[in-house]
Amino acid sequence: MRTPITIRLLSDQRIAWFLAIMAVVIIAVPALNLLVPQGSAFHVPTYIVSLLGKYLAYAMLAVALDLVWGYCGILSLGHGAFFALGGYAMGMYLMRQIGPRGVYAHPVLPDFMVFLNWKELPITWWGFSNFGYAMLMVMLVPGLLAFIFGWFAFRSRVTGVYLSIITQAMTYALMLAFFRNDMGFGGNNGLTDFKDILGFNIQAQGTRVALFVLTGLFLVAAVLVSKFVTSSAYGKVLVAIRDAESRTRFLGYRVERFKLLVFTLSAAMAGIAGALYVPQVGIINPSEFAPGFSIEAVIWVAVGGRGTLVGAALGAVLVNFMKTWLTGAAPEFWLFGLGALFIVVTLFLPKGIIGTISQWRAARAERAASRVVPAE
Amino acid sequence: MDVTHSLLYLDGVSVSFDGFRAINNLSLDLGRGEMRAIIGPNGAGKTTMMDIITGKTRPDSGDVLYDGGTDLTKLDEAAIAELGIGRKFQKPTVFESQTVEDNIILALKGPRSAFASMFGWRNRVPHREINRVLDVIGLAAHRHRQAADLSHGQKQWLEIGMLLAQDPKLLLVDEPVAGMTDAETETTAQLLKAIAEDHAVIVVEHDMAFVRALNCKVTCLHEGSVLAEGSIDAVSNNERVIEVYLGR
Repeated sequence: MRTPITIRLLSDQRIAWFLAIMAVVIIAVPALNLLVPQGSAFHVPTYIVSLLGKYLAYAMLAVALDLVWGYCGILSLGHGAFFALGGYAMGMYLMRQIGPRGVYAHPVLPDFMVFLNWKELPITWWGFSNFGYAMLMVMLVPGLLAFIFGWFAFRSRVTGVYLSIITQAMTYALMLAFFRNDMGFGGNNGLTDFKDILGFNIQAQGTRVALFVLTGLFLVAAVLVSKFVTSSAYGKVLVAIRDAESRTRFLGYRVERFKLLVFTLSAAMAGIAGALYVPQVGIINPSEFAPGFSIEAVIWVAVGGRGTLVGAALGAVLVNFMKTWLTGAAPEFWLFGLGALFIVVTLFLPKGIIGTISQWRAARAERAASRVVPAE
Repeated sequence: MDVTHSLLYLDGVSVSFDGFRAINNLSLDLGRGEMRAIIGPNGAGKTTMMDIITGKTRPDSGDVLYDGGTDLTKLDEAAIAELGIGRKFQKPTVFESQTVEDNIILALKGPRSAFASMFGWRNRVPHREINRVLDVIGLAAHRHRQAADLSHGQKQWLEIGMLLAQDPKLLLVDEPVAGMTDAETETTAQLLKAIAEDHAVIVVEHDMAFVRALNCKVTCLHEGSVLAEGSIDAVSNNERVIEVYLGR
């Protein structure tokens, strides 16, 4: 029982596999981009590096969602909101970095504000030229929203489908708000035309590769933090809440506080994922708040296997890879494909890919064990 | 009012649901370390009484005092559990997807804040603490099995074991032998009697043979209030009890 935490994490086979694969990806992709000459068949073009970086940011969102859904049974259909808020915080920093290089060449105001005839920077934008402040907001804004939302929802014991519906309403309300020009976040068009990040040209190959590597490292960190949380006694309480909430309460646990903490942590994690996503895709707009996006994220987790963390990450990458391929090859079929995928997974792989593999391995181990016993 | 000798004191408690009086002017006095069996027909208010004591349901009127005068009607489930009142449900409710050992770890008495569970003692529970409970309930050989894989009777024992781990001053046990075989029922009666040696216990049960085996004071509820109270022989020979519950 007194095994050090590092050993406890590494002894989990899934985590060990995940770390090994991520190490290969984080080293190989940049190497194939930077070291292999452009003409070679093994060269990975820079746009692919950013595309993979986008997948990894989605994977991190999926891990955050799995933490609340897979382990605590909170089916959030609005996690895209936390992702988008983190993305906006990063986008606001990137907008401030443009400085006088905008179309209207205003020294302080972003182009869309000049266009709206605004004279000065709204309070919400203050401080975002500072990278540290912006990164703090990346975690703080989604975290605070989740805290306030959860405070009311969990204390009032809103659970199950009702909770899912109000998370959906939350992200929808935010989408409508961010569409409005006078909110001061670029309205319909969102934030785009970024120039540089921390002084590096955001389009440059080196910056793109660095962003990819960072996203990979943050994904690894998110999985390890989530693994630590879920394998502690706190995680056992989360699962207890998921399986028998009122029983957990009669044991003396303050269920609402446990939920609030994990929900806030997950939202902050989703915010970081959003912040890593924005510089790689070059734009953030209100469509990230669309309910459909949050539901897609739920499908990623379901496909990979909820309550497995690593599965959530795998699901996000696989489904988005399919999306990229299918929207290129036969765009009209993508939504049918997604719907079919969800039905197939629900009917035939209710535990998702990783969950099914684990189940199958456990069954095989049991058979092997029962064969050994008579021989003894 | 003398509440110092009693552990749990209910006086004039009433509660209605949509006009239906589930509990009607109920009074009950449980001594420290006492074991009490509650019997009564369906709808007599046995489970509702448990709900009121554990904070799940708030009474419309009446006093519910615990351990020298703490007013339980003002507290929520978690706070009441912290005061030392444990509850076993009618249907066995163990944490199915977790191991027997984890179920006990979750129940063990100790700090229960989110922070403490993430970093604290509950992550380093000594084996002997868990063994102490598993030995009593006879599930030591099953410690690494998932609770979902246990038999019905084993689940009931695990849940009783979780109550033991909680080490409450008062245990509320709702129909512990429903659906058990005769042998399991016998074992359960022994288990509860052993537990009653150093805990106060309230057992709700329909099985009269089981209640007899417990050999304790019996309270019969009917339509939300006490119909009869006393030894098992006195209660089971009571005319009114025979009429509404036992049948002739």
